[in-house]
Amino acid sequence: MSDPNRPFFSNLKCRECGRLYPKEAIHICEFDFGPLEAAYDYAAIRQSINRATVESRPRTMWRYRELLPIDGAPTVGAQVGFTPLVRADRLASALGVDELYIKNDTVNYPTLSFKDRVVSVALSRARELGFEVVACASTGNLANSVAANAASAGLKSYVLIPADLEQSKVLGSLVYGTEVIGIHGPYDQVNRLCSEIAGKYGWGFVNVNLRPYYAEGSKTQGFEIAEQLGWRLPRHTVVPMASGSLLTKIHKAYKELAEVGLLDEQPFSVHGAQAAGCSPISTALKRGVDIVKPVSKPDTIVKSLAIGTPADGYYAIRAMKETGGHAEDCTDEEVIAGIRLLAEHEGIFAETAGGVTVACAKKLIESGLIPRNESIVLSITGHGLKTSEAVAGKCGEPQLINPSLREFEALLAAEAAA
Amino acid sequence: MPDIRIPAPLRKLTADQEVVKIDGATVGEILTNLDAAYPGLGERICDESGQVRRFVNIFLNDEDIRFLQEKETPVKETDELSIVPAIAGG
Repeated sequence: MSDPNRPFFSNLKCRECGRLYPKEAIHICEFDFGPLEAAYDYAAIRQSINRATVESRPRTMWRYRELLPIDGAPTVGAQVGFTPLVRADRLASALGVDELYIKNDTVNYPTLSFKDRVVSVALSRARELGFEVVACASTGNLANSVAANAASAGLKSYVLIPADLEQSKVLGSLVYGTEVIGIHGPYDQVNRLCSEIAGKYGWGFVNVNLRPYYAEGSKTQGFEIAEQLGWRLPRHTVVPMASGSLLTKIHKAYKELAEVGLLDEQPFSVHGAQAAGCSPISTALKRGVDIVKPVSKPDTIVKSLAIGTPADGYYAIRAMKETGGHAEDCTDEEVIAGIRLLAEHEGIFAETAGGVTVACAKKLIESGLIPRNESIVLSITGHGLKTSEAVAGKCGEPQLINPSLREFEALLAAEAAA
Repeated sequence: MPDIRIPAPLRKLTADQEVVKIDGATVGEILTNLDAAYPGLGERICDESGQVRRFVNIFLNDEDIRFLQEKETPVKETDELSIVPAIAGG
């Protein structure tokens, strides 16, 4: 545990102007509205951990606790993370590449998406700050995770979502007894309402006033990828983008590992994937501009990525440019093809965002932007059962017969003839 | 006079008022008059070149002014203008 006299996590710091702030429930700089980010004493961390100490700890995201922004031990989500990194040789051969891995957060505990990582940090910090009510603005996965983790921690929760989300995602919040509030309007309007509510009520909004803590949880996906590869970085990491936060945090994670001495510095590229029906970040990067033009009416089956005004769009573009990464977008048909490609070759059923990652990786490989002979990790962030209506009727239908051997053999014969 | 909703981080400059009334025919005029009424607010919302800062969103009623005519967007007496931090969500 950290020495209270020399905490590893020291302050919040404005990403724009560098002003320091206390470690409270605040998320923006009073002077330029820039995002506040957790700042650490890397020199102290470097002296305190090494690969052996990390490897000796339980296989959860909290094995990297020195690089996470809470003061004590985690009190919410202590079992989250350390999901499988799967060597995907069958998919690699389908895509025509040599070395491919899937970071499989479809089986993250407890709600089957990477959001359990961020919520574990946000709610542990919410408790340290004394909040009794927690809340979020969500496109679905975050709502599921806040609802579940708040229930297990005994915190009251409110989740605000667009009213038209997938049924499984709505049910996957309701079941935990949370207050689910559906808003008539796209996610960006839900988000704006939450910013106003957060300023008015004394609640811990995980992705508003607790955002500096919440966002850091995503780094653990990057830490795990590096450790699971045998303490090295993949040359390419393809990440789905909604707000752009996950991509910026994987970038930060890879850099921090070198900063604290767990890795030697090595070249890597982070690439961003979006759905064509809501692609403000990839559109800006492809045009070579830093200004992200908002999308007022997202139109895609990929609801979890349908953020028209991405908070971290600017920083995601910077991270891609700095690492020589690229951005790509894909149609809804390509998303479904991507889900099926992953399922049929690796036995992993991803939600629509995973289809985006696979489809965009395929395009980046085919266009030569990701070389076929370099190592690639695909960040697969949520389980397919959460968005099953997107693929319903798109994967064929079962063949129905009576319980008769003759009918079964006729069916096999018909298949063999076809 | 249109209502202007002030976000929490700027309320130190408006004596803790959540909503203030400011005259002006366009968003740009209102921002100028807002700075005159509450000195210091202007530089928080706009940068040195007068552009609305990257991390500030301004909504006229429910629409982001970037989808309207930005600072030239006309404002009616009964409208509500909200200044909302951009960094949230995701």
